[in-house]
Amino acid sequence: MGFKDFCFRKSLWVFHFGGASCNNCDIEILDCLTPRHDLERFGILLVGSIRHADVLLVNGSINRRDRDRLLELYHQAPKPLLVVAIGACGCTGGIFAEGNTFAGPVDTIIPVDAYIPGCPPKPEAIIAGIARLAGKKP
Amino acid sequence: MSKKTLIPIGPYHPLQEEPELFKLWCDGEIVRDIKWETGYNHRGIEKLSESKTYDQVFFLVERICGICSTSHPFAFANAVEEIAGIEVTDRAKYIRTIIGELERIHSHLLWVGLAGHFLGYNTVFMWAWKYREPLLDLFEMITGNRNSYAMFKVGGVRRDIEAEKIPVIRKEMAAVRKKIDLLTGAVMDDPVIHARTKGVGILTRQDVLDYAAVGPTARASGVAIDIRKDDPYAAYPLVNWKVITAEAGDVFAKAEVRLLEMYESAYIIEQCLDGLEKTSEEDITVKVKEIPEGAGTGRAEAPRGEVFHFVVSDGSNSPARHKIRAPSYVNIATFKKSCIGQTIADATISLAAVDPCYCCTERMAAAWDIRSGQKVLNANELIELSLKRTAEIRKTGAGHE
Repeated sequence: MGFKDFCFRKSLWVFHFGGASCNNCDIEILDCLTPRHDLERFGILLVGSIRHADVLLVNGSINRRDRDRLLELYHQAPKPLLVVAIGACGCTGGIFAEGNTFAGPVDTIIPVDAYIPGCPPKPEAIIAGIARLAGKKP
Repeated sequence: MSKKTLIPIGPYHPLQEEPELFKLWCDGEIVRDIKWETGYNHRGIEKLSESKTYDQVFFLVERICGICSTSHPFAFANAVEEIAGIEVTDRAKYIRTIIGELERIHSHLLWVGLAGHFLGYNTVFMWAWKYREPLLDLFEMITGNRNSYAMFKVGGVRRDIEAEKIPVIRKEMAAVRKKIDLLTGAVMDDPVIHARTKGVGILTRQDVLDYAAVGPTARASGVAIDIRKDDPYAAYPLVNWKVITAEAGDVFAKAEVRLLEMYESAYIIEQCLDGLEKTSEEDITVKVKEIPEGAGTGRAEAPRGEVFHFVVSDGSNSPARHKIRAPSYVNIATFKKSCIGQTIADATISLAAVDPCYCCTERMAAAWDIRSGQKVLNANELIELSLKRTAEIRKTGAGHE
């Protein structure tokens, strides 16, 4: 096991990218941090810069304006990086996939390691998804 | 004037849960000018709505904003029911009102938490969000989902609140009241919160009228506008409650209005539960055959203010035009008054104080011809069209007033 893999097994640091979403997934992600779910007990921390992150959480349908910014963030991130698409919109575009500003689901823009479906997924589902990722070698 | 420094906040900033970009031009620590850019959230909902049937549009408008995901279906239902002249049953009205008020409590708790987070007072954030969880459990019990409830349809509601669920809701309302007591006591008496919010981000009564601000933002400046009283819908005329206002117009007053509104909401819910016990369990929906040609407006008081939906029907099964105005659209403009002259640290809480919701607000103000790439109408021409149309509606009396 290399040093990087060892780091990935514990305390994943997470950066949250909210695309053109309805805010539901965003508040459920924030909800994971609050006392009932308390993600920090797994060492999972929401960080302010992509340069500090191990995991990129992407939620919401990606519109044309978000697309370039998502790509830029992905290129700025230190690799290896785990990308998680959250919610129906993140996975497929959901109800907004037919919209005139839609620029493709997340996995057509950047490679995705895990999908957490649901509209919005429950905090338990988000935690389960990320905890399973922690055991995975990217 | 000395040289100004540009400080950008966003679009993907850890403080914000949605993407938006604020540009603060600062002179030292003092904010001299502010601009904001949105568009990161634009999904083309008004256009999408025209391709969906009336039943499907409810699921779409619910996803305009996840936090106030009942107010948009509420306003849309009001609009469509006005076109078709449908009067929903009392039981459906009560259920709609219960969902709307539960949502107001959860949204205000969410705001109190976020405001604490913006102040750097994370204890309040954790505390308020902890108290919000039992309400989400209630939603899960009543509707099956924590956030998007899918309760509304034209002519009524999709699910009933059964008799055995009523005592559970009552118990939870009593518990929530105690928790709000604790939270209100802690927030209102805390010297740190007083120091950070009193006299910060003041909107005077005149500013509110000038910018046509709505909801708690207006009520905190002494303007008692509330759609639930001014243009009553659903079960609001059937229950007893009062509009909460404050005079100061600063961030503290906005917090005060929101905290006290939660008590009123709990009171409304309890009265609606009494109403539910009096009505029979079958009448949650009326049969709707078709939506006739015509235009209708629907308004609802969201936790952030007035939501306005305008629907034109051509007699088919989907709207011919669907116009939406969310409360944040007018509230965000008040930043020009509340933030300028503040320090940067106070500007962020002034921004948060109107409880802005950008995913409601996104819109495009130009029409393009896709084939030739030429602009057909610019923003001013669109405004002119809109004014003309408003005048027409007033003349024909299709609106409420």
